[in-house]
Amino acid sequence: MPKAIRSSLMAGKPKLYYFNGRGRMESVRWLLAAAGIEFVEEFLETREQYEKLLQDGALLFQQVPMVEIDGMKMVQTRAILGYIAAKHNLYGKNLKERALIDMYVEGTRDLMDLIRVHHKFSPEEQEKNLALINERATARYFPVYEKVLKDHGTEFLVGNQLTWADVQLIEAILMVEEKVSTILSKFPLLQDFKTRICNIPTIKKFLQPGSQRKPPPDESYVVTANRVFNRK
Amino acid sequence: MSGKPKLTYFNGRGRMESIRWLLAAAGVEFEEDFLETREQYLKLIQDGHLLFDQVPLVEIDGMKMVQTKAILSYIAGKHNLYGKGLKERAFIDTYVEGTTDLMQMILTLPFSPPEAKKKNLPLIIEKAKNRYFPAYEKALKQHGQGFLVGNQLSWADVHLLEAILMVEEKEPTVLSEFPLLQGFKTRISNMPTIKKFLQPGSQRKPQPDDKYVATVMKILKEG
Repeated sequence: MPKAIRSSLMAGKPKLYYFNGRGRMESVRWLLAAAGIEFVEEFLETREQYEKLLQDGALLFQQVPMVEIDGMKMVQTRAILGYIAAKHNLYGKNLKERALIDMYVEGTRDLMDLIRVHHKFSPEEQEKNLALINERATARYFPVYEKVLKDHGTEFLVGNQLTWADVQLIEAILMVEEKVSTILSKFPLLQDFKTRICNIPTIKKFLQPGSQRKPPPDESYVVTANRVFNRK
Repeated sequence: MSGKPKLTYFNGRGRMESIRWLLAAAGVEFEEDFLETREQYLKLIQDGHLLFDQVPLVEIDGMKMVQTKAILSYIAGKHNLYGKGLKERAFIDTYVEGTTDLMQMILTLPFSPPEAKKKNLPLIIEKAKNRYFPAYEKALKQHGQGFLVGNQLSWADVHLLEAILMVEEKEPTVLSEFPLLQGFKTRISNMPTIKKFLQPGSQRKPQPDDKYVATVMKILKEG
């Protein structure tokens, strides 16, 4: 396809710059997918690509994720997610709903961060980290969301429609289940939540093979990231 | 008593300091409850006041808010410090994430072992000079107004001033190559609400000392 035509077809779609793996970009992929927004991706594979982005001034703080969206080169995951949520009606209907969403996503973020770094640890450290993930999920985070669903009484964490908080929670649940498959055994409302949210058409599509959802990190992902960032 | 936000935290900066700054900049009076014993902390948990068993906690407008970022966003949104429109919000969010990353490095420093402290401080200064301050200097230059975003004070400006002063405490000459940031620092420091917060006797907290570190570790039973 001629480049000019390809470019004009691409115009308008957010473009994600990151490694070919989950990392910090995965939550962005989830949220765009849940919102039904098509996006394109440029995968960082070499140090030269990264240095070119730096030289071109494309990375405000010299870091990825970076998302080109609506004429902006956005960096900082949380800022990107906040923009997408607000733009696509996933950020509640007023200041107080936003406040609840913000609290809930910070909680799921903290939980997912434990898992995001898991593959960087040695086997002994991984064993300890797994115990921590299990403990935090079952004693700190999931009881909170179970109670929110119970007290709130609608299908969603906030208000009566899907928000960023729900999308990030389902992402967190699935991520923890990959490590501890029975993690939801004591949380019946979260089990129902999981089933319901996974059946929402845009999310169901994202969960199918062939989507832009990325697999858990493997050895080659670690090697690539280290190479791009010149890490030992 | 009623109506004023109430902050529950240790008697020191930590993660609550940015909240004190923002409330002060917005001209909002607030009260503080200082955690001094582990018993106080455990009682807060038992009474169900801490959503994720963590402080900061800010009681505001009938909510028991936790998670620093959520609290700051709420205050900014409520007090007209979050820009005008989605794109200004996006810029503000991006800028505060950067200053958060920078300040986070300094915040955790007192809690690291002595060898790590010695090694990390120069790295932090290096990041300030080579990664963060150049980005904000350029933002001010390109934007061409007195503020980072739009044409009035926003959360991003307050957070940046806090970060500048925090780094300067460690390295007084850190702004020497950033003339626009120097001008920014002077201007923002002279805004009435902020000027007041910078004066002795305000609720601004001093740099952490050994006693503060010991209190935090005792209350959270870490290390």
